[in-house]
Amino acid sequence: MRPFAYVSATDVAGAVRAISAEPGARFLGGGTNLVDLMREDIERPGTVIDITRLPLDGVEELPGGGVRIGALVRNSHLAAHPLIRARYPVLSQAILTGASAQLRNMATVGGNLMQRTRCVYFYDGAADCGRREPGAGCDAIGGFTRNHAILGASDRCIATHPSDMCVALAALDAEIEIESVRGTRRVPLTAFHRLPGDTPHLETVLAADELITAVELPASALAATSRYRKVRDRASYAFALVSVAAALETGEGVVTGVRLALGGVAARPWRAHEAERALLGAPATEESFLRAAEAELAPAVARSQNGFKIELARRTIVATLRQVLTEGGAA
Amino acid sequence: MTETPVRDRPARERTGRSVGRPIDRVDGPAKTTGTARFSAEYPYPDIAYAALVHATITRGRITGIGAEEALAVPGVLAVITHTNAPPMKPPPPVSVLNLSSLASGSKVNYLNTDEVHWSGQPVAVVVAETQEAAAQAAGLVRVTYQESPATVDFAGEQGNATPQKSNPLQQGEGHKGDAEAALAAAPVSVDLRYTTPPHHHNAMEPHATTAAWDGDRLTVHDGTQNIGWLRTALAQRFGVPAEGVRVIAPFVGGAFGGKTMVWAGTVLTVLAARVTGRAVRMTLTREGVYRTVGGRTPSAQRVALGAGADGRLTALIHTSVTQVGRVGGSPEQVTSQSRHLYDAAAILVQQRIVELDMLSNTVMRAPGESIGTFALEAAVDELACELGMDPIELRMRNEPERNPIDGKRFSHRMLREAYALGAERFGWADRTAPPGSMRDGRWLVGMGVASAYHPSWEMAANVTVRMSADGTVLVRCGFHEMGMGGATAQGQIAADALGVPFEAVRVEYGDSDLPTGPGAGGSAQTASVAASLTKACEKLRRSLLALARRSAGSPLRGARPGEVEARDGGLHRAGHPGSGESYAAILTRAGRPFAEAAVGSDTRAGTVAGQVRFMSKFLMDRRRWMKAACGAQFCEVRVDQDTGEVRVSRWVGAFDVGRVINAKTAASQLRGGIVMGIGMALSEETLVDPRNGRIMNPSLAEYHVPVHADIPPIDVCYLDEPDPTMPLGLVGIGEVGITGAAAAVANAVHHATGRRVRDLPITLDKLL
Repeated sequence: MRPFAYVSATDVAGAVRAISAEPGARFLGGGTNLVDLMREDIERPGTVIDITRLPLDGVEELPGGGVRIGALVRNSHLAAHPLIRARYPVLSQAILTGASAQLRNMATVGGNLMQRTRCVYFYDGAADCGRREPGAGCDAIGGFTRNHAILGASDRCIATHPSDMCVALAALDAEIEIESVRGTRRVPLTAFHRLPGDTPHLETVLAADELITAVELPASALAATSRYRKVRDRASYAFALVSVAAALETGEGVVTGVRLALGGVAARPWRAHEAERALLGAPATEESFLRAAEAELAPAVARSQNGFKIELARRTIVATLRQVLTEGGAA
Repeated sequence: MTETPVRDRPARERTGRSVGRPIDRVDGPAKTTGTARFSAEYPYPDIAYAALVHATITRGRITGIGAEEALAVPGVLAVITHTNAPPMKPPPPVSVLNLSSLASGSKVNYLNTDEVHWSGQPVAVVVAETQEAAAQAAGLVRVTYQESPATVDFAGEQGNATPQKSNPLQQGEGHKGDAEAALAAAPVSVDLRYTTPPHHHNAMEPHATTAAWDGDRLTVHDGTQNIGWLRTALAQRFGVPAEGVRVIAPFVGGAFGGKTMVWAGTVLTVLAARVTGRAVRMTLTREGVYRTVGGRTPSAQRVALGAGADGRLTALIHTSVTQVGRVGGSPEQVTSQSRHLYDAAAILVQQRIVELDMLSNTVMRAPGESIGTFALEAAVDELACELGMDPIELRMRNEPERNPIDGKRFSHRMLREAYALGAERFGWADRTAPPGSMRDGRWLVGMGVASAYHPSWEMAANVTVRMSADGTVLVRCGFHEMGMGGATAQGQIAADALGVPFEAVRVEYGDSDLPTGPGAGGSAQTASVAASLTKACEKLRRSLLALARRSAGSPLRGARPGEVEARDGGLHRAGHPGSGESYAAILTRAGRPFAEAAVGSDTRAGTVAGQVRFMSKFLMDRRRWMKAACGAQFCEVRVDQDTGEVRVSRWVGAFDVGRVINAKTAASQLRGGIVMGIGMALSEETLVDPRNGRIMNPSLAEYHVPVHADIPPIDVCYLDEPDPTMPLGLVGIGEVGITGAAAAVANAVHHATGRRVRDLPITLDKLL
């Protein structure tokens, strides 16, 4: 790790002032990803701005039934929150499948949004990685691609986004509140992370001087009947090969509402709009689920080792929708 | 993971009150309270810290090293490279007369050469006032290279494999009859290919060394599995007398074979201390361990079995290809168990190796048998399916009376009994045979079984035992405590041999100032120390009796050794309660503060004599007996029918490991082996990029050892029948637990799904 300056902010205005003065600085929340990346010499901030003292650690009910989540709410706190468990069980469940209890106790909501990929070539300084070094190639292509993207990848980068929480947020139409010296703006979660294209080093739409202050979940009757299914190589403490966040509402055997998002398949949490379109108004049957999965996965591209993810995603979508249909939302 | 109660067998004929009991490990409190000191925790005034710089090319030469930026980091003391390092002697050629010659992890003379032999080889070491400065500066050393072509693709090189040679410790090719012809003629047969990936040990404690020179005297704290080898190796490399090298390693935070050899980190810490004149500490990063300490070789295996309709094997063929580094490595005896497990009419075993431009492979828990039993025992299961026969029944029909290839006698073998015990505890009779026939909701349920097998070994060990006038006993032997409970077991053995309470015995270990112990490897340490310890206790009893019988006041006056037994803290006439006296009384009357007995000598002549004695006993034993631990592994899995996720839901391991010295630590060892076997079966794989031989997942996040949630309750039981040819009848248990485990999982997965996965690990993509 390289030496860095440390400053601590006490309010949002001070934090965004500090970063606008030094756009190469990084905000420190739980540090569960940033500090690792600094140890690996991948993140090299000259200044670290500690924001853990900012008053952004509340979970509040909004008029109309939505929920506002402060950017510094710890993952474990959010997962256990009664409002979240009752209204957005998919979110609680997604968080609890991630990392370990110790990490969830430290990790923040804002930090989770900013997680960087776990591609092993991104982590190896001896490898070419255009996500790490702008303009560099991608050693993952032609190498170990088992964990890599099947949707939205490019010839410059095939990495996936590692977050579970964000997959649930994508399904829930979450919005992100962002603050800077220029003011406040809001971005839908699904527009927050970028696909790699020719510029894989640009991972989100967050500008270098911006701070995530909150995530807002709109009210949704549908969201109460939701689940998260994560498929991985061991029972715990592994990133998703494929994950599915699903909310489903049916009436008289027909799908009247659905939200679906996938994890482990792309550089961003993947909202499955095609599948949703196929499902809405269709009979709530295994056949419909399968057709919807196939519609979403039609553009999927397999690399040398990750072709199984297409089949796995198909099966996991169907199995998760089936479970929501037959068992309801997560308890 | 849930701890299951250890089977507490009714006390059979035991030698005394301590052996066999589930006594808590004596090192437990020190470890749980944090007072146990590991190699990176010894304080030295003015200590400096070191960090490695690793090569980023696969093969070639260093053309330039830019150290300016690194040297500019505040606190940096030195950047040591091949351009400025003092010369070291190269590692010696391997010789059976000097087994420590086996100790070099690789043949590379680090920092004494500009050659790069694998991606990750250390090319510089940075020494600094702090760990942080050393690590930061290591990242700033700029190295340029001229690359050479390299051969790194194991799968692609198999056509170039060459036969593995035999040596006194390892057999190469073996055969009985014409197995290929017998296979071709067999009414029922299978001919199958298996692969296993590279593995790494992932001990909780990464390799760490603290080294301090005082003139030509050297003190080294290093979590080694072989203090004797390390001491000799360091003396040789640095050209100093071995007597001046002290190795201190009372606690080793897990090793599994990864700390048997002397690897770069150890040598370069000692070098850094030599160069800087400071005590130096180096704790490898997890990545550093992967890049500089060898792991388990990958393997490609063929198992072909032919049988009559009655299940009697007519042909057994097991061949393997494994890898070594061009700069060293330990050829792996993959087919070892296939020489001993089945009474086949014709047998062929053959092992071949390829040499790659990669770091040497090394021993890892049950080298050979761990991956060899996977292929053999999975193939036996496939044959059972072909025959329509229960897989246990098939094994029982082929259980040999004598060692199949050469007709040697088994010193002791109770595999039938292990299967009977395990099957009963597991509920094997409830299994319905057709694959896919057992379900639990969305889970497909499968039950699998496989044999465990590991040869038992015994090495030389020097031991002293001292009885003090206060009745306490001190056992001294430089053996190793990597978590197995060695000190506890030896304390139990000494207590019974001398007839004293366990609490009266103290055991000193883990220090080269002590009599030289055996290496901790081959599941041999407990038996090796026990052999010498029981002899030393016998000598000590005799010398104490000699003191007593010469003494007018002793109730033992005139007693002959045959008439006397050790019990109740002293010596007593056998069969005459009260007709004896305590050791304390004997020593006090004689005016002696203590009496001591030794087995083996650490003088130069004594060491040579010890090695000759060991080798001749070893070879003699080998000619007469086939000795091994064995067992039956029973596994139940649940496989998600949508996603192919496999979860192990139950396990029973029934073992024949001779006499068990400590029921608690023994069960932990066996259980730990099974956990590692489950990892091997389902998730562990070192990812080596076939383009450049570079390890791509050198971290505990991406190399998937099992987590607690992957491990069900494990029921470990054993037969506790002594092996008549082994000290106290004990057979090593450190490795047998992992053997057969992966096959039991694979066989259970087949039973659940009807799918055979012959390439480990059994990840869910292989079941979709």
